[in-house]
Amino acid sequence: MTHRPHRPSRLIPTLATLVACGLSFSAQAQSMRDVETVAKDRGLTPADLVAAAKTYVPSGQHDEYLMFASGGHAGQVFVVGLPSMRLLRSIAVFTPESWQGWGFGVGNEILEEGFPSGKSNLWGDTHHPALSETAGDYDGQFLFINDKINARVAVIDLRDWETKQIIKNPLTLSDHGGTFVTPNTEYVIEGGQYAVPWGSDYAPISEYKEKYKGSVTLWKFDRKRGRIDPDQSFAIELPPYWQDLSDAGKLASDGYFFMNSLNTELATGGIQDKKPPFEAGASRNATDFLHIIDWKKAEQVYKAGKVEQIKGFPVITLQTALDEGLLHVTPEPRSPHGVDVAPKGDFIVVSGKLDPHVTIYSMDKIKKAIADKDFSGNDEFGVPILDFDSVVEARIEVGLGPLHTQFGPDGYAYTSLYLDSAVARWTMGGSYGSMSPEPDWTLVHKTPVHYNVGHIAAAEGDTVSPDGKYLVSLNKWAVDRFIQTGPLLPQNLQLVDISEDGTTMPVLYDMAMGVGEPHYAQIVKADKLNSWATYPEVGWDPHVQNINPMAPKKGMERVQRNSDGTVDIYMTAIRSHFNPEHIYLKQGDKVRWHITNTERALDATHGFAVPVYNITASLEPGESVTIEFEADTAGTFPFYCSEFCSALHLEMMGYLMVEPK
Amino acid sequence: MSPSIIERIVGPRVGPEETARHSLRYGTPGFLLLTARVLLLVSLFLPYWHMELQAPQYPDGLHMTAHLNSLSGDVAEIDGLNHYIGMRSLYEAAELERDIGVFLMILFVVLLEFAAYIHSRWAVLLVLPVVFFPVVFLVDLHLWMRHFGLNLDPHAPLSNAVKPFVPTALGKGGIGQFVTIATPGVGLMLATAASLVLIIALFFHRRAYLPLVKAQRASAA
Repeated sequence: MTHRPHRPSRLIPTLATLVACGLSFSAQAQSMRDVETVAKDRGLTPADLVAAAKTYVPSGQHDEYLMFASGGHAGQVFVVGLPSMRLLRSIAVFTPESWQGWGFGVGNEILEEGFPSGKSNLWGDTHHPALSETAGDYDGQFLFINDKINARVAVIDLRDWETKQIIKNPLTLSDHGGTFVTPNTEYVIEGGQYAVPWGSDYAPISEYKEKYKGSVTLWKFDRKRGRIDPDQSFAIELPPYWQDLSDAGKLASDGYFFMNSLNTELATGGIQDKKPPFEAGASRNATDFLHIIDWKKAEQVYKAGKVEQIKGFPVITLQTALDEGLLHVTPEPRSPHGVDVAPKGDFIVVSGKLDPHVTIYSMDKIKKAIADKDFSGNDEFGVPILDFDSVVEARIEVGLGPLHTQFGPDGYAYTSLYLDSAVARWTMGGSYGSMSPEPDWTLVHKTPVHYNVGHIAAAEGDTVSPDGKYLVSLNKWAVDRFIQTGPLLPQNLQLVDISEDGTTMPVLYDMAMGVGEPHYAQIVKADKLNSWATYPEVGWDPHVQNINPMAPKKGMERVQRNSDGTVDIYMTAIRSHFNPEHIYLKQGDKVRWHITNTERALDATHGFAVPVYNITASLEPGESVTIEFEADTAGTFPFYCSEFCSALHLEMMGYLMVEPK
Repeated sequence: MSPSIIERIVGPRVGPEETARHSLRYGTPGFLLLTARVLLLVSLFLPYWHMELQAPQYPDGLHMTAHLNSLSGDVAEIDGLNHYIGMRSLYEAAELERDIGVFLMILFVVLLEFAAYIHSRWAVLLVLPVVFFPVVFLVDLHLWMRHFGLNLDPHAPLSNAVKPFVPTALGKGGIGQFVTIATPGVGLMLATAASLVLIIALFFHRRAYLPLVKAQRASAA
């Protein structure tokens, strides 16, 4: 059943809005009759019209929210406006992207920073974006994103929406449990996932228990520099349980973070030898372990030097973690996905995909159990296990395949149900209990979504102050929702209206995401960002976010042959010419090509594209970049502006002439 | 004894008792001259002229503002666009005028200061340059626009498409897809108001001092 509210009382003012909008943009008077005619012709129900009116953002008006979504194995971040569900931007991160000129002469050094084992890796598997936070709320300054395939973390500056840093984890090779930030972005949490020997060195899987390691890395974020500082970062060794998603505590749970795990069975697979495959072995036990880690205490342990240098990186060993009381676990429903901390930090919600319940843990009870040493035993690595019944607050049967939970401002929580293909709304208890009309800890409603929902994202729904209003269901399968696009189908991102109480929770819009597979997304109020419209000054180097004193300036354009044989080209770009337009090089010259876009007008971006040499750059107004290459191929190469900048855009070109040896 | 040239230029003096008795008659010209000085000094800090360019791709328009000594706003962008039709950079226009604008205004204030002490027809000579200043400003602006508009670089990208033209110094004009709207700034309005005040001041000046000059002449004769 698709939930659709048929409530004419609400419909009429909304239709009136539609009509009013029509009037303001059209000289021809339109009436309700026209709306009815269109609806009849197109077979639209009143609910459809309401959904359209709630999501339509007329030309020139702006969306209220921005959703930063991971791009999955596209290796990018995608930014979508809400409620219009329009794709506004992609942000190139781990994968070269030619429109943004990322990785074709510009950004190469950042991509190279992240090459694992020095090998060229030009894609990523982005999963969980994390907006920087201040006091547990999004501050709109930075975005972090993990790369699951090679255990890397990237930093994006939200002033210019460009990737500034890619950092490779020296210990592990997959990091599904990233990125999550502590309440003031002190640290970016990156949990290792599939256990590997330290640094991914060789060891046969028969030595799994001894040699394979679990870990979590706390990357120190230097907000002033806008970079992760690896020299102040550290990791904690964990049992090889395939640590998974994580979330930082806040308010009542400030100082802790929580991580799920998948493979507490220590399964090693081996289907080819008729052993249980991972899918069976790793889900044999009824429960896995929720990890409870005291990061503030861990920071003190790290600062006290109680670490081991492993692969050149400081690691608090599992033994130290146990000795210092940094790590506790408690049983959690098996095969868990989300571990999500409630807005006040007092409850932690876990859902295991093979258990129809969400399990809610109480932070008060966890703290008490830790203090009282209320353990039901130790795991085989000696980690104390908090007694399940002592720390659980509630369990609610929500449906099949519960995956991930978000929160509203009104005492409701939302959990995605992968197998049911639905989003469940349920009430919280404790101090949230009085906020919703329904009894505490009960399932209120399920809205079907299409289909196989993974994560969900509610507006600011993982912060200390959720906004409610909108929820996006990030569905893995689209099946029949869109016109056939060949055998590869887009993802379906469905906008759900959560602004009303109770069982009213309609789907408003289906957005086809045909450029990547978002896993998690965060939705931030658009006015929290202070993005630059153009770079602050001409000659700006986005890599250091400052003026480059060596940037080419108007009137100083030149080709400079240095005494060491290298060549510096100082070029400016403005509508509709490059200066200089003739570049003579000799085959074998080592070239540094500096270009400044001297424009100040909004949107006056120029491209810079050189054939054969595999160069393309996007120069936004004010930006200055340097592209280094060796002129190893002789010939005549027309370079040009690849961004349609002006009426004489096609004439914005020049010739690179490389004289043979 | 007939008065010296200096005395004749300075004009008849009025004693304190007489001034007090006819405070309105003798006070008005001085007050109006002071008002004009204040208006001119304030105008120094205010824009004299605005130009707005409207085009589809600039929803907020492009704006340029001229103060007596500076050009500001989207001048670089307008210059960038003007290069297509071969117009020189606006920064090259009226450089001398912008250099001396402030000093000229100070000179005007000093002239009016003197004018307040001179009770003869010579005061007119000091006041008139100030009275005509707004007109001179606009004529100068027009001449610069004309000079720039008629002397386009024949090698510019659009020189075949755009013929030389005279941009409008005040009011609505057009070039290519742009509509241009030139309007006087508050500074220019204050200067114009100062001119009007000065004309009125001259009237009251004449009413106050002409009888005294005549009486002086009669007594000399």
